[in-house]
Amino acid sequence: MNPLLRRLRQDLFATPADSLLSIALLAILASGSTAFLHWAFSRAQWAVIQANSTLFALGRYPIEQQWRLWLLTALLAAAAGIGWGMLRSHPRTDRSGRLWPANDRIAALLLLLSLALPWALGLALPIQLRWWALSGLLLLLRWLAGRFGPGLPPALKRLLPLGLPLLYLIGMLLIGGGLGLAPVPPSEWGGLLLTLLQASFAILLCFPLGVLLALGRRSDLPLLRWGSVIYIEFIRGAPLITLLFLGQNMLGFLLPGGMAPERVWRAAWVLTLFAAAYLAEAVRSGLAAVPRGQVEAARSLGLSLPQAFSTVVLPQALRVALPSMVGQFISLLQDTTLLSLIGLMELLGTARTVMANPAFLGKNAEVYLTLAVLFWCCCAALGLGSRALERRLDPAAVVRSG
Amino acid sequence: MPWWRNRVVLPWVIQAAVALTVLVLIAFLLGNLIRNLTAAGLLLSWNWLGQPAGFDIAETLLPFDASQPYWRGLAAGLVNTLRVVLAGLVGSTLLGTLLGMASFSSNGLLRGLTRAYVEIVRNIPLLLQLVFWYFVVFLSLPNGTAAIQLPGVVLAKSGLYLAWFGEGLRWLGPYLVNGVWQAPLRLSVEFGALLTGLVAYSAAFIAEVVRGGIAAVAKGQWEAASSLGLSWFQTLRQVVLPQALRVIVPGLNTQYISLAKNSALAVAVGYTDLYSVAETTLNQTGRAVEVVLLLLAAYLVLDLFISLVMNGLNRLVQIRER
Amino acid sequence: MRSRARSWLALPLLLALGLAGCASDSGGGVQSGKMATIKARGKLICGVDGSLPGFSFVGPDGSYSGLDVDVCKAMAAALFGDPTKVEYRNLNSSERFAALASGEVDLLSRNTTMTLSRDAAGGNGLSFAPPTFYDGQGVMAPIASGIKTLKDLAGKPICVESGTTTELNLADRMREQSIPYTPLKFQTGDQTYAAYLQGRCVAVTSDRSQLAGKRSSFPNPDAHSLLPDVMSKEPLTPATVNGDPVWADAVRWTVNALFQAEELGISKASIAAKLAEAKANPNQADLRRFLGVEGEFGKQLGLPADFVPKIIGAVGHYGEIFDRNVGPGSRLKLDRGVNKQWKDGGLIYSPPFR
Repeated sequence: MNPLLRRLRQDLFATPADSLLSIALLAILASGSTAFLHWAFSRAQWAVIQANSTLFALGRYPIEQQWRLWLLTALLAAAAGIGWGMLRSHPRTDRSGRLWPANDRIAALLLLLSLALPWALGLALPIQLRWWALSGLLLLLRWLAGRFGPGLPPALKRLLPLGLPLLYLIGMLLIGGGLGLAPVPPSEWGGLLLTLLQASFAILLCFPLGVLLALGRRSDLPLLRWGSVIYIEFIRGAPLITLLFLGQNMLGFLLPGGMAPERVWRAAWVLTLFAAAYLAEAVRSGLAAVPRGQVEAARSLGLSLPQAFSTVVLPQALRVALPSMVGQFISLLQDTTLLSLIGLMELLGTARTVMANPAFLGKNAEVYLTLAVLFWCCCAALGLGSRALERRLDPAAVVRSG
Repeated sequence: MPWWRNRVVLPWVIQAAVALTVLVLIAFLLGNLIRNLTAAGLLLSWNWLGQPAGFDIAETLLPFDASQPYWRGLAAGLVNTLRVVLAGLVGSTLLGTLLGMASFSSNGLLRGLTRAYVEIVRNIPLLLQLVFWYFVVFLSLPNGTAAIQLPGVVLAKSGLYLAWFGEGLRWLGPYLVNGVWQAPLRLSVEFGALLTGLVAYSAAFIAEVVRGGIAAVAKGQWEAASSLGLSWFQTLRQVVLPQALRVIVPGLNTQYISLAKNSALAVAVGYTDLYSVAETTLNQTGRAVEVVLLLLAAYLVLDLFISLVMNGLNRLVQIRER
Repeated sequence: MRSRARSWLALPLLLALGLAGCASDSGGGVQSGKMATIKARGKLICGVDGSLPGFSFVGPDGSYSGLDVDVCKAMAAALFGDPTKVEYRNLNSSERFAALASGEVDLLSRNTTMTLSRDAAGGNGLSFAPPTFYDGQGVMAPIASGIKTLKDLAGKPICVESGTTTELNLADRMREQSIPYTPLKFQTGDQTYAAYLQGRCVAVTSDRSQLAGKRSSFPNPDAHSLLPDVMSKEPLTPATVNGDPVWADAVRWTVNALFQAEELGISKASIAAKLAEAKANPNQADLRRFLGVEGEFGKQLGLPADFVPKIIGAVGHYGEIFDRNVGPGSRLKLDRGVNKQWKDGGLIYSPPFR
């Protein structure tokens, strides 16, 4: 018998009860998806997305300055391509020699799907062309890095990760202006730009804070320990919305007049301080997984305590904590939607103003579904990346291959 | 030996430095707070809690009207929060456990669908799901005779009508009077949307907790049970789940607490919970600091309570295991 | 472990609550210098609604317009001689006072009703300029629903924006007439009207001008009507934070200048001619003082001497602002009503500039 058929029979029709269940589920699935497809292709009016695509992407960012964001996107695509290629080509992970392992095929498929996105949304041709060019750049660099990356001198390879903070600084400069670029105030950032900016800012800064807090919580010094515990539990005990509310309404009182940051930054800091507490717990569980003997062994080799922690304990702890840390990052990305409740124009806030526009009243389903797909893709991509990184850092793989 | 190498002195120096920094920071913030509040004439006071609130709340278990004081309004909001949290805990536990169990089904389609559900729901922000449920699903419900009628339940835009015990403990279903539905139990669509959103979201996470718990039970247990002639469901219910609970309960604690905190998003779908009342109160009174303190304290106590109950449950599960 | 940590945590919080309760209200010193902050910053930060046609609305090109917005522009013109030196902040009704009190915005020009408790130092502690629009609270319902009076709303859900005087007036009126009702509260106007249009509530209540403004943006405005009942007085007024009389005075007299200019018939078109006339003719003492040709009103307020010509040159007089944004020249087509000049029997009245 055909193996596919056999597999199907085993999975779906093993027993009479299973068969019944399968048929019922298939019927529900079929009717549900036909109803959805019918709605999506004949009743839904996607013009609301088409007409407001720039608003969703960038908010009220000045049109004449948008080239800066295209440049930034190109830089990011390049970085992603190089990073992806280097990760894959690393001799320790995949010795099969295949440049496109099975998991990458899924990622590449996702990328191809995203290629079709501007076309599906019916965006202007120049935008479509730029989009394709960017994707082409990403794939090209991925291939180049995968092909020639391993041959690069090791010193250069070690320098590569340093490019990331540099890239972030360049990005901030491109977005906000300065050094000769016309300034664009944060009140004009919006849409996906603001969402990603808030999430990346919080992710980057909560990481060192969270590690410090986790170390503090496991410290032998009682003051440090209790200080960390109080902070972590206080933040974890409060809903994010009340903390954002606190940030918007009370920060002005807590700082001398005029010193309180812009409210976009205020929200970014609240998100950072919030995420740090959760990250600390993830790191703490990682630290707990590193045996005490590791510190002692490192100390007996003559390393100082900070050295032992930074070169022996932390790397192991972070590897163990990686999945839950990425989980926190994903929920952080999702939590940025709460900014719409305090009046910021991130994706959901933009969606609200778009739907208040008389021309698009009642187009809730179209808008919310688009946002859902967008968020799903971002979060799923983060998850995929995390799993790839996990495999790459897996000591078992190192032992096997090296 | 210099002091910075002294392992007795050094920790205390570090701690003193950290404590000093934190104290200076706190003193700085508090000083500003008091100065700014004084300048604005808003120095902390709690007298306003006894003033009449002047606003109404749509659906309350705790009777409340505009002539009653603010504290009563906040209490009514808290009761509304507790109501949705409690219903959410029950609902998400049931759905989550079912989903978690289904991911071990022998039916591949069911397994796949469960997986898909968890992956879809967990990767979409809760707030987005809530507004979707409210503005897209619940506000599109028809009214009157066109309402969706299920046995014992009627879903209409004007509310969700459930069968319950009417007068004289008589089981009574929803009925139509002059085009308006009546029932012993009526829930608002705001409550319905919030509850649905919270349950659907939390259930995905609880399903993962349950799945992890079941997976932690040794495979041999399944084989042993089935060789004793137990069916799949019997094995799960009588052999595997009791052991899995040991792993599941601590995980549930985390999920329950985040459900309680997530309930504050009610404000986005027009349900008047504690946070919503607090926001209105702040607006009417201008008492930002007091309101924020009350909010934080209330949620902290709620979390604490859930943790206490779950820790008790955890002990129970652990003892039963032997 | 976690629960123990949490109980430890609850302790200081409860302590703080208790301590805070012991702290007594005491009077504070006057803080000044808002004006200096704004001038140093080089732009005015103005809190507006941002989604209310006629009062403050963002156009497709991202620019703001409306009656509330014109007050911001007038203030910027008075300060800097340039109406574009404004940064607008969209505020919802629940966050507006906190934004003002914490200094996030300099001026709140966001269809805010002046009330005693908002003005009083023991309440919200705001400082109000003269009202720029005298409004009243109304109720809008679909014509098809057959609702004609408040009584018809008995037992029905009514949509209302939370944190507004509207919400309180609704409670008061319904209580007076013993009409049971269900208030459905939303954080923003957008959500409130979305829920109304989707039929979740049979009526929506707000200031009548706002209802008219929103109705004009509905797909079929003629299907909705305003009930005749006027529930309240709603004097919509720009506000500043209490405790800075210098800044509050500057705002107050900027608004008064808009009123006075209309009374004197000085419009955006005629300001140049009037200014030339005042400069040429030393006998026109009133006009000369008003336009800053003589006297030092500007200096007394901490504004440039020619702040009035700058204001009128930028936004025109009150009548022009009204007509352009909410009157016949707009989609709202509201009647001047009580918002006429006092000479015509209205409430718009500027104290003398002298």
